[in-house]
Amino acid sequence: MNIAVTGLNATDNPGPGVPVIRSLRAAAEFSGRIIGLSYDSLDPGIYMENIADKSYLIPYPSSGLEPLFERIAYIHSREKLDVIIPTLDSELYGFIKLSERLRSLGIHTFLPTFDQLNLRAKDKLFDFCTVHSFKVPKNTLVSSLQDLHKIPNQFNYPVVVKGIFYDAYIAHNFNDVHAAFDKLRLKWGLPIIIQEHVTGDEFNVVALGDGSGASIGAVPMRKLYITDKGKGWAGVTVDDKALISLAADIVKALKWQSGLELEFIKSKETGEYFLLEINPRFPAWVHLATGAGQNLPYSLVKLARGEQVPQFKTYTIGTIFIRYSWDYITNMKEFEKLVVAGEK
Amino acid sequence: MNTYLVPESLAVSDSGFLFLASTGETFTLNEIGKDIFKMLQGGDTREAIEQKILELYDVERATFVRDFDDFINQLSSFKLIRTK
Repeated sequence: MNIAVTGLNATDNPGPGVPVIRSLRAAAEFSGRIIGLSYDSLDPGIYMENIADKSYLIPYPSSGLEPLFERIAYIHSREKLDVIIPTLDSELYGFIKLSERLRSLGIHTFLPTFDQLNLRAKDKLFDFCTVHSFKVPKNTLVSSLQDLHKIPNQFNYPVVVKGIFYDAYIAHNFNDVHAAFDKLRLKWGLPIIIQEHVTGDEFNVVALGDGSGASIGAVPMRKLYITDKGKGWAGVTVDDKALISLAADIVKALKWQSGLELEFIKSKETGEYFLLEINPRFPAWVHLATGAGQNLPYSLVKLARGEQVPQFKTYTIGTIFIRYSWDYITNMKEFEKLVVAGEK
Repeated sequence: MNTYLVPESLAVSDSGFLFLASTGETFTLNEIGKDIFKMLQGGDTREAIEQKILELYDVERATFVRDFDDFINQLSSFKLIRTK
Protein backbone atom coordinates (compact mmCIF):
# COMPACT_ATOMS: atom_id res chain seq x y z
CA MET A 1 0.00 0.00 0.00
CA ASN A 2 1.41 3.38 -0.99
CA ILE A 3 0.26 6.40 0.95
CA ALA A 4 1.01 10.04 0.13
CA VAL A 5 0.99 12.58 2.95
CA THR A 6 1.29 16.37 2.77
CA GLY A 7 2.37 18.88 5.42
CA LEU A 8 5.99 17.85 5.98
CA ASN A 9 6.96 21.18 7.50
CA ALA A 10 8.22 20.65 11.03
CA THR A 11 9.17 24.11 12.21
CA ASP A 12 7.94 25.93 15.32
CA ASN A 13 4.48 25.81 13.76
CA PRO A 14 4.69 22.19 12.65
CA GLY A 15 2.47 20.56 10.07
CA PRO A 16 0.75 17.27 10.86
CA GLY A 17 2.48 15.35 8.03
CA VAL A 18 5.44 13.95 9.96
CA PRO A 19 3.37 12.75 12.95
CA VAL A 20 0.77 11.27 10.60
CA ILE A 21 3.53 9.33 8.82
CA ARG A 22 5.01 8.18 12.13
CA SER A 23 1.58 6.85 13.09
CA LEU A 24 1.21 5.00 9.78
CA ARG A 25 4.61 3.42 10.23
CA ALA A 26 3.68 2.46 13.80
CA ALA A 27 0.76 0.33 12.58
CA ALA A 28 1.85 -3.31 12.81
CA GLU A 29 -0.11 -4.29 9.70
CA PHE A 30 1.22 -1.47 7.52
CA SER A 31 3.52 -2.43 4.71
CA GLY A 32 4.21 -0.24 1.76
CA ARG A 33 5.74 3.07 0.89
CA ILE A 34 5.16 6.54 2.23
CA ILE A 35 5.35 9.35 -0.29
CA GLY A 36 5.87 12.87 1.03
CA LEU A 37 4.17 15.73 -0.82
CA SER A 38 5.78 19.03 -0.06
CA TYR A 39 5.41 22.70 -0.97
CA ASP A 40 8.90 23.71 0.10
CA SER A 41 12.23 22.10 -0.60
CA LEU A 42 13.33 22.84 2.97
CA ASP A 43 10.50 20.97 4.67
CA PRO A 44 12.32 18.88 7.30
CA GLY A 45 10.08 15.86 6.75
CA ILE A 46 11.62 15.39 3.30
CA TYR A 47 15.04 14.77 4.79
CA MET A 48 14.28 13.01 8.09
CA GLU A 49 15.12 9.33 8.26
CA ASN A 50 12.32 6.76 8.33
CA ILE A 51 9.67 9.31 7.41
CA ALA A 52 9.08 9.53 3.64
CA ASP A 53 10.48 6.87 1.32
CA LYS A 54 10.35 9.41 -1.46
CA SER A 55 9.24 13.05 -1.58
CA TYR A 56 7.90 15.25 -4.34
CA LEU A 57 7.34 18.96 -4.52
CA ILE A 58 3.79 19.88 -5.41
CA PRO A 59 2.42 23.28 -6.52
CA TYR A 60 0.83 25.60 -3.95
CA PRO A 61 -2.99 25.51 -3.87
CA SER A 62 -2.99 29.12 -5.11
CA SER A 63 -1.50 27.89 -8.41
CA GLY A 64 -4.85 26.33 -9.28
CA LEU A 65 -6.24 22.83 -9.28
CA GLU A 66 -5.10 21.74 -12.72
CA PRO A 67 -1.35 22.00 -12.02
CA LEU A 68 -1.92 20.15 -8.73
CA PHE A 69 -3.89 17.38 -10.42
CA GLU A 70 -1.32 17.01 -13.18
CA ARG A 71 1.50 16.81 -10.66
CA ILE A 72 -0.33 14.17 -8.61
CA ALA A 73 -1.12 12.21 -11.77
CA TYR A 74 2.60 12.23 -12.59
CA ILE A 75 3.52 11.13 -9.05
CA HIS A 76 0.86 8.42 -9.24
CA SER A 77 2.34 7.15 -12.51
CA ARG A 78 5.61 6.63 -10.64
CA GLU A 79 4.39 5.54 -7.22
CA LYS A 80 0.98 3.86 -7.71
CA LEU A 81 -0.64 5.75 -4.88
CA ASP A 82 -3.48 4.10 -2.97
CA VAL A 83 -4.35 6.91 -0.57
CA ILE A 84 -3.57 10.61 -0.20
CA ILE A 85 -3.86 12.26 3.22
CA PRO A 86 -3.86 16.07 2.92
CA THR A 87 -3.04 17.47 6.35
CA LEU A 88 -3.14 21.25 5.89
CA ASP A 89 -6.22 23.47 6.18
CA SER A 90 -5.29 25.55 3.14
CA GLU A 91 -5.23 22.60 0.74
CA LEU A 92 -8.47 20.91 1.80
CA TYR A 93 -10.79 22.75 -0.59
CA GLY A 94 -8.56 21.81 -3.49
CA PHE A 95 -8.28 18.16 -2.55
CA ILE A 96 -12.03 17.90 -1.93
CA LYS A 97 -12.63 19.33 -5.39
CA LEU A 98 -10.17 16.86 -6.88
CA SER A 99 -11.29 13.84 -4.88
CA GLU A 100 -13.53 12.37 -7.63
CA ARG A 101 -10.83 12.77 -10.25
CA LEU A 102 -8.28 11.25 -7.92
CA ARG A 103 -10.68 8.38 -7.27
CA SER A 104 -10.91 7.79 -11.02
CA LEU A 105 -7.14 7.31 -10.99
CA GLY A 106 -7.51 4.79 -8.19
CA ILE A 107 -6.41 7.14 -5.40
CA HIS A 108 -8.55 7.16 -2.27
CA THR A 109 -9.08 10.10 0.06
CA PHE A 110 -11.18 10.44 3.21
CA LEU A 111 -12.27 14.04 3.36
CA PRO A 112 -15.21 16.09 4.63
CA THR A 113 -17.70 17.60 2.21
CA PHE A 114 -17.65 21.32 1.39
CA ASP A 115 -20.73 21.78 3.57
CA GLN A 116 -19.07 20.08 6.53
CA LEU A 117 -15.95 22.13 6.00
CA ASN A 118 -17.94 25.37 5.89
CA LEU A 119 -20.05 24.59 8.96
CA ARG A 120 -16.99 24.64 11.19
CA ALA A 121 -15.28 27.63 9.58
CA LYS A 122 -14.18 30.28 12.07
CA ASP A 123 -16.88 32.72 10.93
CA LYS A 124 -19.63 30.05 11.06
CA LEU A 125 -18.68 28.23 14.26
CA PHE A 126 -20.79 30.41 16.54
CA ASP A 127 -23.95 29.69 14.52
CA PHE A 128 -23.18 25.98 14.34
CA CYS A 129 -22.73 25.79 18.11
CA THR A 130 -25.85 27.82 18.79
CA VAL A 131 -27.99 25.55 16.59
CA HIS A 132 -26.65 22.44 18.31
CA SER A 133 -26.52 23.89 21.85
CA PHE A 134 -22.75 23.58 22.22
CA LYS A 135 -21.23 26.19 24.51
CA VAL A 136 -19.19 28.70 22.53
CA PRO A 137 -17.78 32.11 23.48
CA LYS A 138 -19.95 34.97 22.28
CA ASN A 139 -18.55 36.35 19.05
CA THR A 140 -19.20 38.83 16.33
CA LEU A 141 -17.78 39.43 12.87
CA VAL A 142 -16.21 42.77 12.06
CA SER A 143 -15.91 43.86 8.45
CA SER A 144 -15.31 47.58 8.83
CA LEU A 145 -14.10 50.28 11.20
CA GLN A 146 -17.74 51.17 11.78
CA ASP A 147 -18.39 47.66 13.07
CA LEU A 148 -15.30 47.92 15.22
CA HIS A 149 -16.61 50.96 17.05
CA LYS A 150 -19.64 48.98 18.20
CA ILE A 151 -17.43 46.54 20.13
CA PRO A 152 -17.22 48.46 23.44
CA ASN A 153 -21.02 48.24 23.72
CA GLN A 154 -21.14 44.51 23.00
CA PHE A 155 -18.25 43.04 25.00
CA ASN A 156 -16.38 43.39 28.25
CA TYR A 157 -12.59 43.45 27.99
CA PRO A 158 -10.45 41.52 27.47
CA VAL A 159 -11.65 40.16 24.14
CA VAL A 160 -9.95 37.85 21.65
CA VAL A 161 -9.40 39.30 18.17
CA LYS A 162 -9.00 36.52 15.59
CA GLY A 163 -8.05 36.42 11.94
CA ILE A 164 -10.41 34.67 9.58
CA PHE A 165 -7.83 31.95 8.88
CA TYR A 166 -5.16 32.21 11.56
CA ASP A 167 -3.68 34.29 14.40
CA ALA A 168 -5.34 35.68 17.48
CA TYR A 169 -4.60 38.49 19.91
CA ILE A 170 -5.97 39.24 23.35
CA ALA A 171 -7.07 42.86 23.53
CA HIS A 172 -7.51 44.66 26.86
CA ASN A 173 -8.95 47.91 25.52
CA PHE A 174 -10.24 49.49 22.35
CA ASN A 175 -6.77 50.58 21.23
CA ASP A 176 -5.58 46.97 21.42
CA VAL A 177 -8.62 45.86 19.41
CA HIS A 178 -7.92 48.49 16.78
CA ALA A 179 -4.24 47.52 16.49
CA ALA A 180 -5.10 43.80 16.21
CA PHE A 181 -7.82 44.56 13.66
CA ASP A 182 -5.30 46.38 11.44
CA LYS A 183 -2.70 43.62 11.69
CA LEU A 184 -5.17 40.82 10.97
CA ARG A 185 -6.96 42.70 8.20
CA LEU A 186 -3.71 43.24 6.34
CA LYS A 187 -2.50 39.69 6.82
CA TRP A 188 -5.63 37.58 6.44
CA GLY A 189 -8.31 39.91 5.12
CA LEU A 190 -11.83 40.53 6.41
CA PRO A 191 -13.88 39.76 8.38
CA ILE A 192 -12.15 39.80 11.74
CA ILE A 193 -13.69 37.83 14.58
CA ILE A 194 -14.14 39.42 17.99
CA GLN A 195 -14.67 36.78 20.64
CA GLU A 196 -15.50 36.87 24.33
CA HIS A 197 -12.44 35.90 26.37
CA VAL A 198 -13.22 32.87 28.53
CA THR A 199 -10.70 32.33 31.29
CA GLY A 200 -9.64 28.77 31.95
CA ASP A 201 -7.46 25.89 30.84
CA GLU A 202 -7.16 24.75 27.23
CA PHE A 203 -8.04 21.21 26.28
CA ASN A 204 -7.85 19.74 22.79
CA VAL A 205 -9.35 16.57 21.37
CA VAL A 206 -8.16 14.71 18.30
CA ALA A 207 -10.88 12.56 16.73
CA LEU A 208 -11.76 10.64 13.59
CA GLY A 209 -15.29 10.70 12.20
CA ASP A 210 -16.46 7.98 9.81
CA GLY A 211 -18.89 10.21 7.92
CA SER A 212 -22.02 8.60 9.33
CA GLY A 213 -21.91 10.60 12.57
CA ALA A 214 -19.89 8.05 14.53
CA SER A 215 -16.49 8.68 16.06
CA ILE A 216 -13.93 5.97 15.44
CA GLY A 217 -11.83 7.34 18.27
CA ALA A 218 -11.13 10.44 20.32
CA VAL A 219 -8.26 11.35 22.61
CA PRO A 220 -8.32 14.47 24.81
CA MET A 221 -5.12 16.28 25.69
CA ARG A 222 -4.14 19.17 27.93
CA LYS A 223 -1.24 21.30 26.80
CA LEU A 224 1.54 21.31 29.35
CA TYR A 225 3.80 23.76 27.55
CA ILE A 226 2.71 26.43 25.11
CA THR A 227 5.07 28.37 22.83
CA ASP A 228 4.77 32.07 22.18
CA LYS A 229 2.92 31.11 18.98
CA GLY A 230 0.33 29.32 21.10
CA LYS A 231 1.48 25.88 19.94
CA GLY A 232 1.44 22.99 22.37
CA TRP A 233 5.05 21.86 22.81
CA ALA A 234 4.18 19.26 25.43
CA GLY A 235 0.89 17.71 26.41
CA VAL A 236 -0.71 14.88 28.33
CA THR A 237 -3.72 12.68 27.66
CA VAL A 238 -6.44 13.26 30.23
CA ASP A 239 -9.44 11.34 31.48
CA ASP A 240 -12.59 13.37 31.08
CA LYS A 241 -15.66 11.49 29.95
CA ALA A 242 -17.69 14.69 29.61
CA LEU A 243 -15.14 16.02 27.14
CA ILE A 244 -15.09 12.82 25.09
CA SER A 245 -18.87 12.74 25.04
CA LEU A 246 -18.96 16.37 23.91
CA ALA A 247 -16.45 15.60 21.14
CA ALA A 248 -18.59 12.67 19.99
CA ASP A 249 -21.66 14.93 19.91
CA ILE A 250 -19.82 17.47 17.74
CA VAL A 251 -18.58 14.79 15.32
CA LYS A 252 -22.16 13.50 15.13
CA ALA A 253 -23.65 16.96 14.52
CA LEU A 254 -21.17 17.54 11.67
CA LYS A 255 -21.30 13.93 10.40
CA TRP A 256 -17.61 14.57 10.06
CA GLN A 257 -15.68 12.43 7.62
CA SER A 258 -11.95 12.65 8.31
CA GLY A 259 -9.67 13.54 11.19
CA LEU A 260 -10.24 16.71 13.16
CA GLU A 261 -9.07 18.63 16.18
CA LEU A 262 -11.44 20.28 18.63
CA GLU A 263 -10.10 23.12 20.74
CA PHE A 264 -11.87 23.87 24.02
CA ILE A 265 -11.44 26.09 27.00
CA LYS A 266 -12.73 24.91 30.35
CA SER A 267 -14.22 27.89 32.13
CA LYS A 268 -12.51 28.60 35.43
CA GLU A 269 -15.79 29.99 36.73
CA THR A 270 -18.27 27.28 35.74
CA GLY A 271 -16.18 24.27 34.73
CA GLU A 272 -18.06 24.15 31.40
CA TYR A 273 -16.27 23.47 28.12
CA PHE A 274 -16.48 26.19 25.48
CA LEU A 275 -15.65 25.23 21.91
CA LEU A 276 -13.08 27.61 20.45
CA GLU A 277 -12.28 26.02 17.12
CA ILE A 278 -12.75 22.95 14.96
CA ASN A 279 -9.67 22.30 12.86
CA PRO A 280 -10.58 20.19 9.83
CA ARG A 281 -7.62 17.81 9.92
CA PHE A 282 -5.42 15.93 12.35
CA PRO A 283 -3.33 18.18 14.59
CA ALA A 284 0.47 18.10 14.75
CA TRP A 285 0.16 16.25 18.09
CA VAL A 286 -1.83 13.35 16.56
CA HIS A 287 1.01 10.92 17.24
CA LEU A 288 0.21 11.28 20.95
CA ALA A 289 -3.10 9.51 20.27
CA THR A 290 -1.19 6.70 18.56
CA GLY A 291 1.16 6.49 21.54
CA ALA A 292 -1.86 6.31 23.82
CA GLY A 293 -3.38 3.40 21.87
CA GLN A 294 -5.54 5.02 19.18
CA ASN A 295 -3.84 5.03 15.81
CA LEU A 296 -6.30 7.38 14.16
CA PRO A 297 -4.24 8.11 11.00
CA TYR A 298 -4.02 4.42 10.14
CA SER A 299 -7.74 4.01 10.82
CA LEU A 300 -8.34 6.87 8.39
CA VAL A 301 -6.36 5.00 5.72
CA LYS A 302 -8.55 1.92 6.25
CA LEU A 303 -11.72 3.99 6.07
CA ALA A 304 -10.46 5.63 2.87
CA ARG A 305 -10.04 2.17 1.37
CA GLY A 306 -13.59 1.24 2.34
CA GLU A 307 -12.63 -1.14 5.11
CA GLN A 308 -14.62 -1.62 8.31
CA VAL A 309 -12.89 0.01 11.24
CA PRO A 310 -13.83 -0.81 14.83
CA GLN A 311 -14.26 2.03 17.31
CA PHE A 312 -11.51 2.58 19.82
CA LYS A 313 -12.87 2.24 23.35
CA THR A 314 -9.87 3.18 25.47
CA TYR A 315 -6.58 5.00 25.48
CA THR A 316 -3.78 5.29 28.01
CA ILE A 317 -4.37 8.21 30.34
CA GLY A 318 -1.25 10.13 31.36
CA THR A 319 0.63 9.59 28.08
CA ILE A 320 2.85 12.60 27.46
CA PHE A 321 4.38 14.09 24.35
CA ILE A 322 7.33 16.43 24.51
CA ARG A 323 8.28 17.99 21.21
CA TYR A 324 11.87 18.88 20.44
CA SER A 325 13.84 20.49 17.67
CA TRP A 326 16.69 18.66 16.02
CA ASP A 327 19.36 19.84 13.63
CA TYR A 328 19.30 17.35 10.82
CA ILE A 329 22.53 17.28 8.85
CA THR A 330 22.35 16.54 5.15
CA ASN A 331 24.33 17.57 2.10
CA MET A 332 23.84 19.82 -0.86
CA LYS A 333 23.26 16.88 -3.22
CA GLU A 334 20.07 15.93 -1.37
CA PHE A 335 18.82 19.50 -1.46
CA GLU A 336 19.78 19.79 -5.12
CA LYS A 337 17.60 16.80 -6.04
CA LEU A 338 14.55 18.53 -4.65
CA VAL A 339 15.29 21.92 -6.11
CA VAL A 340 16.24 20.72 -9.60
CA ALA A 341 14.11 17.63 -10.13
CA GLY A 342 11.34 18.38 -7.60
CA GLU A 343 11.71 14.93 -6.07
CA LYS A 344 14.12 12.87 -4.05
CA MET B 1 -15.37 15.03 62.71
CA ASN B 2 -14.02 16.19 59.37
CA THR B 3 -13.51 13.71 56.54
CA TYR B 4 -12.45 14.50 53.04
CA LEU B 5 -13.28 13.51 49.47
CA VAL B 6 -10.45 12.92 47.00
CA PRO B 7 -11.32 12.83 43.25
CA GLU B 8 -11.37 9.31 41.82
CA SER B 9 -9.16 10.42 38.95
CA LEU B 10 -6.36 11.38 41.32
CA ALA B 11 -3.44 8.99 41.68
CA VAL B 12 -0.59 9.34 44.17
CA SER B 13 2.63 7.38 43.71
CA ASP B 14 5.01 6.16 46.40
CA SER B 15 7.31 9.07 45.59
CA GLY B 16 4.56 11.56 46.42
CA PHE B 17 3.81 12.47 42.80
CA LEU B 18 0.14 13.39 42.22
CA PHE B 19 -1.50 13.13 38.80
CA LEU B 20 -5.02 14.46 38.36
CA ALA B 21 -6.10 12.49 35.30
CA SER B 22 -9.17 14.63 34.60
CA THR B 23 -7.12 17.78 34.02
CA GLY B 24 -3.59 16.51 33.40
CA GLU B 25 -2.24 18.53 36.34
CA THR B 26 0.64 17.20 38.41
CA PHE B 27 1.85 18.02 41.92
CA THR B 28 4.57 16.81 44.24
CA LEU B 29 4.25 16.15 47.95
CA ASN B 30 6.98 15.80 50.54
CA GLU B 31 7.15 12.70 52.74
CA ILE B 32 4.72 13.84 55.41
CA GLY B 33 2.42 15.39 52.80
CA LYS B 34 2.30 12.05 51.00
CA ASP B 35 1.49 10.21 54.25
CA ILE B 36 -1.31 12.61 55.08
CA PHE B 37 -2.66 12.51 51.54
CA LYS B 38 -2.80 8.71 51.57
CA MET B 39 -4.70 8.88 54.86
CA LEU B 40 -7.12 11.39 53.35
CA GLN B 41 -7.55 9.12 50.35
CA GLY B 42 -8.18 6.18 52.67
CA GLY B 43 -11.04 8.08 54.30
CA ASP B 44 -9.35 8.90 57.62
CA THR B 45 -10.91 11.68 59.67
CA ARG B 46 -8.93 14.74 60.66
CA GLU B 47 -8.77 13.44 64.20
CA ALA B 48 -7.45 10.03 63.11
CA ILE B 49 -4.81 11.69 60.91
CA GLU B 50 -3.72 13.93 63.75
CA GLN B 51 -3.30 10.96 66.05
CA LYS B 52 -1.26 8.99 63.50
CA ILE B 53 1.00 11.89 62.55
CA LEU B 54 1.72 12.81 66.16
CA GLU B 55 2.70 9.19 66.71
CA LEU B 56 4.81 8.92 63.58
CA TYR B 57 6.59 12.29 63.61
CA ASP B 58 8.23 14.43 66.26
CA VAL B 59 5.87 17.39 65.99
CA GLU B 60 3.95 19.61 68.43
CA ARG B 61 0.16 19.40 68.22
CA ALA B 62 -0.16 23.17 67.64
CA THR B 63 2.31 22.99 64.76
CA PHE B 64 0.47 20.04 63.25
CA VAL B 65 -2.90 21.82 63.46
CA ARG B 66 -1.54 24.95 61.76
CA ASP B 67 0.29 23.05 59.02
CA PHE B 68 -2.57 20.61 58.46
CA ASP B 69 -5.07 23.43 57.94
CA ASP B 70 -2.67 25.11 55.55
CA PHE B 71 -2.18 21.85 53.65
CA ILE B 72 -5.93 21.22 53.41
CA ASN B 73 -6.46 24.77 52.14
CA GLN B 74 -3.83 24.28 49.47
CA LEU B 75 -5.29 20.95 48.38
CA SER B 76 -8.77 22.53 48.26
CA SER B 77 -7.56 25.46 46.19
CA PHE B 78 -6.19 23.03 43.59
CA LYS B 79 -9.45 21.03 43.72
CA LEU B 80 -7.57 17.97 44.95
CA ILE B 81 -9.88 17.52 47.91
CA ARG B 82 -13.30 18.49 49.24
CA THR B 83 -14.44 18.51 52.84
CA LYS B 84 -17.34 16.11 53.34
